[in-house]
Amino acid sequence: MIKHETIERNATLLLALSFIVVTIGGIVEIAPLFYLQNTIEKVQGMRPYTPLELAGRDIYVREGCYLCHSQMIRPFRDEVERYGHYSLAAESMYDHPFQWGSKRTGPDLARVGGRYSDQWHVEHLTDPRSVVPGSIMPTYAFLANTDLSTNDIADHLRTNVDVGVPYSKDMIANAEADMKAQANPDSDGVDGLKKRYNNVNVRDFDGNPNRLTEMDALVAYLQMLGTLVDFSKYSADENLR
Amino acid sequence: MAALGKLAVYGLAALIAIIMAAKAHDQLFAIQMVTCAIAALIALVVTAKRTDFNAPPADESGYFDSVIRYGTIATVFWGIAGFLVGVCIALQLAWPVFDVEPWLNFGRLRPVHTSAVIFAFGGNALIATSFYVVQRTCQARLAFGKLAWFVFWGYQLFIVLAATGYLLGITQSREYAEPEWYVDLWLTVVWVAYLLVFLGTIFKRKEPHIYVANWFYLSFIVTIAMLHVVNNLAVPVSFLGSKSYSLFSGVQDALTQWWYGHNAVGFFLTAGFLGMMYYFVPKEANRPIYSYRLSIVHFWALIFLYIWAGPHHLHYTALPDWAQTLGMVFSVMLWMPSWGGMINGLMTLSGAWDKVRTDPIIRMQVLALAFYGMSTFEGPMMSIKSVNSLSHYTDWTIGHVHSGALGWVGMISFAAIYYMVPRLWNRDGLYSLRLINWHFWLATLGIVIYAAVMWVAGITQGLMWREYDQQGFLVYSFIETVQAIHWAYAARTFGGFLYFLGAVVMAWNVYQTIRGRKRTEAPMAVASMA
Repeated sequence: MIKHETIERNATLLLALSFIVVTIGGIVEIAPLFYLQNTIEKVQGMRPYTPLELAGRDIYVREGCYLCHSQMIRPFRDEVERYGHYSLAAESMYDHPFQWGSKRTGPDLARVGGRYSDQWHVEHLTDPRSVVPGSIMPTYAFLANTDLSTNDIADHLRTNVDVGVPYSKDMIANAEADMKAQANPDSDGVDGLKKRYNNVNVRDFDGNPNRLTEMDALVAYLQMLGTLVDFSKYSADENLR
Repeated sequence: MAALGKLAVYGLAALIAIIMAAKAHDQLFAIQMVTCAIAALIALVVTAKRTDFNAPPADESGYFDSVIRYGTIATVFWGIAGFLVGVCIALQLAWPVFDVEPWLNFGRLRPVHTSAVIFAFGGNALIATSFYVVQRTCQARLAFGKLAWFVFWGYQLFIVLAATGYLLGITQSREYAEPEWYVDLWLTVVWVAYLLVFLGTIFKRKEPHIYVANWFYLSFIVTIAMLHVVNNLAVPVSFLGSKSYSLFSGVQDALTQWWYGHNAVGFFLTAGFLGMMYYFVPKEANRPIYSYRLSIVHFWALIFLYIWAGPHHLHYTALPDWAQTLGMVFSVMLWMPSWGGMINGLMTLSGAWDKVRTDPIIRMQVLALAFYGMSTFEGPMMSIKSVNSLSHYTDWTIGHVHSGALGWVGMISFAAIYYMVPRLWNRDGLYSLRLINWHFWLATLGIVIYAAVMWVAGITQGLMWREYDQQGFLVYSFIETVQAIHWAYAARTFGGFLYFLGAVVMAWNVYQTIRGRKRTEAPMAVASMA
């Protein structure tokens, strides 16, 4: 039997043993998530974000929205009635990073897509208290006055491919065009965009057709949140974990 | 020659930073690189001015304390900065008129607050005290000469890059790991240097045994390195740009993040500060540690169990049930080794309890241990799934974090600062013991207000979210549950402000002590006897 005195007289041993002890929990809990088949449910409808939605998501990340809004509906009666079907792991399978959040200073946004009009979102982001009296959300009026950066969006898609998101070569080649087309329903690129991405909203999101702004991108992202999975074809019993 | 080499390194670093700024993929990255260049140029100028080529070799026989003096001042400075930002974001939640878009919105300031208090205040306190403790318990001067200076200044650069980055909108959105890939790489380099200095000093020790405080410090340094590297795995869009995408996605990413997040609590805010406790409590009380056997058992149990607790942040989410249950079971077990540490600290005072009355530093340490015990009971309780179904997503969590952070981490650090300052600057005592007493009561009152109103706010809101009327409809809209706790957000701001005020009193006390002043005041013991 090794005496503790041996460990506390030997710095290398102390270092090695404490390192081994702290690795075990993480290995047992995290590693199986990468190979257990049932970790991510089998669903229909999931697709990578369109370039415009991805840019919107990056704005969501940049502004720290996750600090007050969760994107994770728990399977409780009140949450399902308030926000919609409980969230599935499959719904964030393309999320680098995840945005589940940990605090609801504001409501959950996992299924906010399609619940309000684009105009409501623009007004709400510009001045939250104009549509929700008593709200404590900061204002984000500057988004409507900030041009969206479009020239490097293909690089962003390519990086997502590097971390495992299945963007096709076609999607990357047309990234910038798709980004502009999604906010401009009259443009020629809309057909190609719809071919590459199923279930996509195409319209001028920020109410200003002359400019492609960060507001366009953020609203496009918010309007698709939680709308992809087809729950009529989802079986909870087949996805027990 | 060494000085010339150093100047060349700073010059080269500045040049590289300027080139990277010029070639930057995005404007934000350019701003961060200019910040690096300015830092390197300041280092260059200061080093050049201070270099005396004819100076005799410095005396390197005693302890290496100058870096600890800087660390102590940095701890006080970042503490005040972090608490102040905390008060500001509390104001924003109570009255959103205090948000200034885009740079000073809540979403950008909140990571400034958390990083400033955890990494800037807490981190500097840990680095400074670990250097202080390891030298004295090993009877050896810090290893690797001036590498400790690199650790100190490198860490400050990390803090500045992280904090200014948040304001500009540079974030990975991983809670307590927000800095982007290049800042993470920089911290990794600094952290390895930190490990080298700490471990090297232990290797040089003249004492055969490694003292228990150093076990905790060592496991904190090693584990944080592991957590930091794995949780920040990401691919940058450009090697000259600020944006990256995390390597993992969705559910795997979530558990990796909370494996990191909870163990930032477990190893940064617990193991590290237990190391602090194991040196400064026995020293201040002038008593040996209560139980050597208990310290062995609770050390190994604590570091083994903590790492499993992450999934309790993801109860009832899309994380598979088996992982949630595992996380809950280990979180509940964690209660025992946590209380082992509290008991070992408190019982060290047996036979010296009268000092709680006369020595405000001991009083702070006792309160810190009491809050440690309270939060490490509350935590396991909140990790039980049925409790968590109510508490999760609410301000109860915020209250829990603050009773641990303000009560345990803050108070044990303040006590260590008060202990070290007169010794580091060779003063025969602090400027004022009575001001410590003021600090103690301001901070205590602040914590009690903060924690109590956050409990009420969290439970109120949690219950309102799930309240049904007799027809089976949800009673409250979301905004009604926000308005219901407005008073609590206002009261919390006041509690936080009191805590901040206490730290200002400490800064004044430390400043006057360093100046060598002594306040004329009645001794503590006489007043409390009266």
